[in-house]
Amino acid sequence: MANMQLRYLAQARSGDKGNTVNVALFAPNDDLYHLFVEQVTCERVKAHFAGLVEGEVTRYLLPNVRAINFICREALNGGGSASIRMDNLGKCFSSNLLRMEVKVPDNSWW
Amino acid sequence: MRSIRIGAAEGFYGDSIFPAVETAQRGNVQYLCFDCLAELTMAILQKDRQKDPTKGYTRDITAAMHALLPYVKEKGIRILTNAGGINPVGAQQEVIRVARQLGIKGLKVAVVTGDDLLDRLPELRQQGITLDHMETGQKIDKVLDRIQFANAYLGVQPIVEALRQGADIVVTGRTTDSAQFLAPLVHEFGWREDDWDRMAHGILMGHLMECSGQATGGNFSGNWQAVADLDRIGFPVAEVRENGEFLITKTDGTGGLVSVDTVKEQMLYEIHDPSAYVTPDVVLDMTDVRLEDTGPDQVRVTGARGKRRPDHLKVVMGYLDGFVGQAIAGYSWPDALAKAEAADRIVRKQIDRMGLKYDEIRTDYMGYNSLHGPTVNLPKEELNEVYLRVAVRTRTKEEAAKLGRLFPPLALNGPPTMSGFTGMMQPRELLGMWSCLIPRDLIESRVQVSISEVD
Repeated sequence: MANMQLRYLAQARSGDKGNTVNVALFAPNDDLYHLFVEQVTCERVKAHFAGLVEGEVTRYLLPNVRAINFICREALNGGGSASIRMDNLGKCFSSNLLRMEVKVPDNSWW
Repeated sequence: MRSIRIGAAEGFYGDSIFPAVETAQRGNVQYLCFDCLAELTMAILQKDRQKDPTKGYTRDITAAMHALLPYVKEKGIRILTNAGGINPVGAQQEVIRVARQLGIKGLKVAVVTGDDLLDRLPELRQQGITLDHMETGQKIDKVLDRIQFANAYLGVQPIVEALRQGADIVVTGRTTDSAQFLAPLVHEFGWREDDWDRMAHGILMGHLMECSGQATGGNFSGNWQAVADLDRIGFPVAEVRENGEFLITKTDGTGGLVSVDTVKEQMLYEIHDPSAYVTPDVVLDMTDVRLEDTGPDQVRVTGARGKRRPDHLKVVMGYLDGFVGQAIAGYSWPDALAKAEAADRIVRKQIDRMGLKYDEIRTDYMGYNSLHGPTVNLPKEELNEVYLRVAVRTRTKEEAAKLGRLFPPLALNGPPTMSGFTGMMQPRELLGMWSCLIPRDLIESRVQVSISEVD
């Protein structure tokens, strides 16, 4: 097994709603989708965003487009017009998630 | 089977108008639809209205109408926009003014009102509407006297009514982002309001279109470097059939990219539960949606399912939530970060000494952690430059302004090589957002459509 950053394997986009940010992660094929579902858990995402996300993380699965949608609450320092952060709309949460590493089988090429 | 073509015109207040002009000229569309409003936009427009009661709509409507009105008469393209923001009647008057200036006669400009609930809050409270926060359940009492605006998200009905009455342009205030896109379908195809699956396709189409270039290769996280000609990106065009199925495409010869990969990113943008995307018109379930590449820059979308629309409408209010004061200054290699950190320590000691009262203080090192915050690690190589940014959240404007005054002296009295200081920033007012649910009858009974004809 080798560790690999999601940036080499996946697409992602994030957006705001109030003080909540959603981060959608997309896999390019079914094998990677199942691997993401197993490894990119709410617990890991919450730990990954420690210091940014104060509330709960939940996730929704969309196998039809090979996507996982993470909902991170209390994530935007009060929300777009109340935040004193630079990334007040959470646009960069998606690229941030792509830094996370997953374990991929050695004999595979992605 | 009949189909109609709809073009996306603007994805937010401040978006480029050129792609919409290109769509009007060569996109073969019958409708151009705008979505100008985000939560943040309502806050901006509220501040505008406070300074000048005739404002409060998106000011770029003037330039947009100058660019597009000529095509309304020439090609029969109808324009739907929620540019009205906090003052839809003001926006309607501005459209009429531009039409007169251009000498366009016989133009019917409709306005939808009734989403603005600010003056109705006491009455609603008396009727027993609690206005509790829909997510946290909190009581509104502690922010009630600080509310600056309160708008319900309206659905498609009044826009359809305006089209039925022959409007060429429909201006609204706060509608759902996708309502402008759904309205032409309901009007043209006569979809029943409880034909949930078709309505769901219309909402999904609107959702894919509402952020303009985000569906056509903008903000694309895949192979973004391979997306051609973002300098002349084409905005999405939808070709929708009577049964709801649709294609997402764009005008030939424009830049950007429409593919399953660009479209799927927009599909989940700002979505929470994908099996229940709640709008006033239908609850959209996208868990069986199928996206297929059916040609160059063409994606076919099928499989949206709809569930019964909710009995309540979402209302978003903005309340005064203090001020932010901030200042920014750069430091160069060598030891750029160490210098910026030393400057931060100086500023913080001085803040304490002067007794500046703040609720929150934060330091960002731009070029290192200002966007990703505490989740980043230092790179192995030393940073060539870094910008120190200090921000405070305060109760009053005066307190926020104190911070900026501490920065100029750092140039001579702090660590070496401070540069790129751009002056003291004006404190900015912060607005908190409060969302709640209100029974739709109480709102819809007051919604009005009125049409003026330019003579």
